[in-house]
Amino acid sequence: MSDQHVTARRPIPDSERIGRRRELRRYIAGFALSLLLTLPAFSLAAAGVLPPAQTRLAVAGLALLQIVVHFRFFLHIDLQKSHRDDLMLILFTGLIIGLMVLGTLWILFDLEGRMLSP
Amino acid sequence: MSDHASAMADREHRHPGLNLDHTDPEGHASAEPVIFGFWIFLMSDLIVFALLFATYAAMSTQGTGDGPAPAQLFDLRIPLLETLVLLTSSFTLGFVSLANKYEGHPRQAIGWLVVTLVLGAGFLALEYHDFSTLIHEKHAGPQVSGFLSSYFLLTGTHFVHVAAGIAWGMVLIVQQAVLGPTLPVKLRVMRLALFWHMLDIVWIGIFTFVYLSGVLA
Repeated sequence: MSDQHVTARRPIPDSERIGRRRELRRYIAGFALSLLLTLPAFSLAAAGVLPPAQTRLAVAGLALLQIVVHFRFFLHIDLQKSHRDDLMLILFTGLIIGLMVLGTLWILFDLEGRMLSP
Repeated sequence: MSDHASAMADREHRHPGLNLDHTDPEGHASAEPVIFGFWIFLMSDLIVFALLFATYAAMSTQGTGDGPAPAQLFDLRIPLLETLVLLTSSFTLGFVSLANKYEGHPRQAIGWLVVTLVLGAGFLALEYHDFSTLIHEKHAGPQVSGFLSSYFLLTGTHFVHVAAGIAWGMVLIVQQAVLGPTLPVKLRVMRLALFWHMLDIVWIGIFTFVYLSGVLA
């Protein structure tokens, strides 16, 4: 191992310690929030206290929230100005996904209605 | 760039995800193109998954044919366990990212990466168990109906991604041990973290739209 490439064991300044603690807290918060969203979703589906249609809607809502939590806390995506280019990429992908998924579902369920139902 | 300007640039976030910023200003500057490029890959990968989800949504309601319906096949115990294992692995990967950013030596990063990959392997074992139960005990292999084809295609693609992530992580363990925390290795660890977190996001879709919605008849 050549020393010039390795930034080994430098003293860690206080500002870095604070930054590290803040980022650690972010991961812990993300993990806790994810658990808080996952477990109710599973209990709702398993218990079946609501009618199926409402349960579907509720678990889809919880999933959407959890996806936002993962983006925010694990992938560090936020609305800061310096992130805008990347936010554009992600939002554009979201748009494409929305168009293709909704379009696919629309066409396939429409076809089923026309051709397969009695 | 003057010292002042580069100091300003170091404070900025140059790309999504955990930035190296002040802990490695030089690396931070060169991270932007590779991380942004990797995000483009991730987003196109996400589109692949989105279309597999759309296919599954149509097939699981219209394409069961003479085969079983989702509610007759799925129960929630193993998916819950898989979800918790994968979520925990995403969390432990956070420690890898922090060690990658802040530690001058790679031992901590390697340790947490090993934990993450073991959890990933546990997830694969559970999923493999699920697949083999479906195929051998419930006689619901991918050739039975359109629903099952799209189920195995969707979950199988995710399975292959996680397996690829584990192989990638093992290579990075070796690289960190042999090369130390050099800039290329750091940037690779950052990209693995993005890849892994994104797979966890895809899994949120799978457990919600395949398993949770599936058990509701």
